[in-house]
Amino acid sequence: MQIYLPIAETSVNAFTLLGVGGGVGLLSGMFGVGGGFLITPLLFFIGVPPAVAVATGVNQVVASSISGVLAHLKRKTVDLRMGTVLLIGGLIGSVIGIWFFNLMSRLGQIDLIVQLSYVIFLGIIGGLMLQESLRALLRSRNPAAARRKLHVHTWLHNLPFKMKFRTSGLYISVFPPLLVGMGVGILAAIMGVGGGFILVPAMIYLLGMPTKVVIGTSLFQVTFVAAFTTMMHAITNQSVDVMLAIFLILGGVVGAQVGTRIGLKLRAEQLRILLALLVLAVCGKIAFDLLWTPTEFFVITVPGRF
Amino acid sequence: MRVLWVLLLCLAAFELRAEQVIAGLSQNRVSLTVNFEGSDILIYGAVRREAALPEGSDLAVIVTVEGPPQPAVIWRKARRFGIWVNTDAQEVRAAPSFYAVATTRPLRDILSAEADLTHRISTRLAIFEARGSVDRADPAAFTEALIRIRERAGLYQSRDGAVDLERDTLFSTRILLPKNIVEGTYSARIFLLRDGDVIDEYETFIDVRKAVLERWLTNLAYEQPFLYGLLALGLAVFFGWGASALFRLMRS
Repeated sequence: MQIYLPIAETSVNAFTLLGVGGGVGLLSGMFGVGGGFLITPLLFFIGVPPAVAVATGVNQVVASSISGVLAHLKRKTVDLRMGTVLLIGGLIGSVIGIWFFNLMSRLGQIDLIVQLSYVIFLGIIGGLMLQESLRALLRSRNPAAARRKLHVHTWLHNLPFKMKFRTSGLYISVFPPLLVGMGVGILAAIMGVGGGFILVPAMIYLLGMPTKVVIGTSLFQVTFVAAFTTMMHAITNQSVDVMLAIFLILGGVVGAQVGTRIGLKLRAEQLRILLALLVLAVCGKIAFDLLWTPTEFFVITVPGRF
Repeated sequence: MRVLWVLLLCLAAFELRAEQVIAGLSQNRVSLTVNFEGSDILIYGAVRREAALPEGSDLAVIVTVEGPPQPAVIWRKARRFGIWVNTDAQEVRAAPSFYAVATTRPLRDILSAEADLTHRISTRLAIFEARGSVDRADPAAFTEALIRIRERAGLYQSRDGAVDLERDTLFSTRILLPKNIVEGTYSARIFLLRDGDVIDEYETFIDVRKAVLERWLTNLAYEQPFLYGLLALGLAVFFGWGASALFRLMRS
């Protein structure tokens, strides 16, 4: 069954869309990842214009993280103060990202920028995930191995404008969280992702936040930055396709519920290796398209359309 | 005396247009609904003749369907630092978003270059290149690329021999509007030709419109982008939160 997307102005198969949403939802439920970094490139592969894929992907992030953030708020595992500082950075980053996105659209280079960002970030995440899961596998066989020490103070924390973050038990400069938030905002606008994959490690290793508030606080920031970025895309370049979003979201929420159940039953370590390989495969496919001599050397862009 | 003159003039007019084309479409509205997968349009008609069938030349029919023209930018890729990047661009002032030419016999056999220039029938002439963009060595390569890419997408179609002409009178052809067409007014033109020249022409229109919901969403997106953004967020929150609430309810 084909579905006509009014903004993208093309038809795609409804079951493919539900499958993309559901498959990514399943993975996100199993591994607790947002999945935006898989949805957007998969949409490229099925022929959705990159600009629409990015803007709609970020809309989907709102749907996939909203119930999580509500649950964490109820459990009081959100550092609201830290979340707000990260959010302010995120909004600034989102504005910068949107400006850059629209500039590159006008110059006809947005597809390249989006693809390059994906190659770089998927390569990094996939590589780190693979390394981490292989290490975890080794550690589980050898429990005596030394653990890494968390929360090391660096010069970053001693910049001016120090602030107390009571929930996280931190007294650090506002600049590191602002900059981290900003980076995530830029990624959200250009890549259509939530940015949790950058935010979570940055919060743990860079800011030294306790792990019990990391997930809630990152979800808090990601949800609001994604919502803001959706609005910015809708207002500045009209590339959010709600018809596309509804199918992705429907597939995604069901997939996530099933994924969470599976995740509770299975040992995730081995599966995490598969996720890492999947991320690397998507990265490889995009990289291949950029590197391989194309069969068609020309592309057409129609001003004002995608 | 005056009556005679009028009669003579009428006769002359009949002489000039000894053969006339009358045509119809199977549908002149196409609605881009949620499950739009493309649309097949039947274009048919007849040749009306006041005189005997002229001898010594063959009758030919050309049917064109043209979608709303749009400006376009054609980019050429080149390898920079190992990756393929859009480097050169050429603008096209107006290129039809859809263009199909169906004929009874190969286009170049039935249409003279002059007639093509006057009526702009071939795909190449339906595209208006931007003036002053010929400073490049190979401007034609860009326009050819535009045609090639759109032909592959089914948006441009050259179908020699696709018009059936029976006993030099009845003709019909089918034009497939693919799923990725844009909305607007499409014009269907039917040309009658003899010896490379157009002897009669008929034009009619096909209205391609998004269906009610799609129309409403597009209008909202472009005219009230703020409200549209809120709608997108509202749906995301509703489905995202609603689904997990529903699952929680089912579990307990």
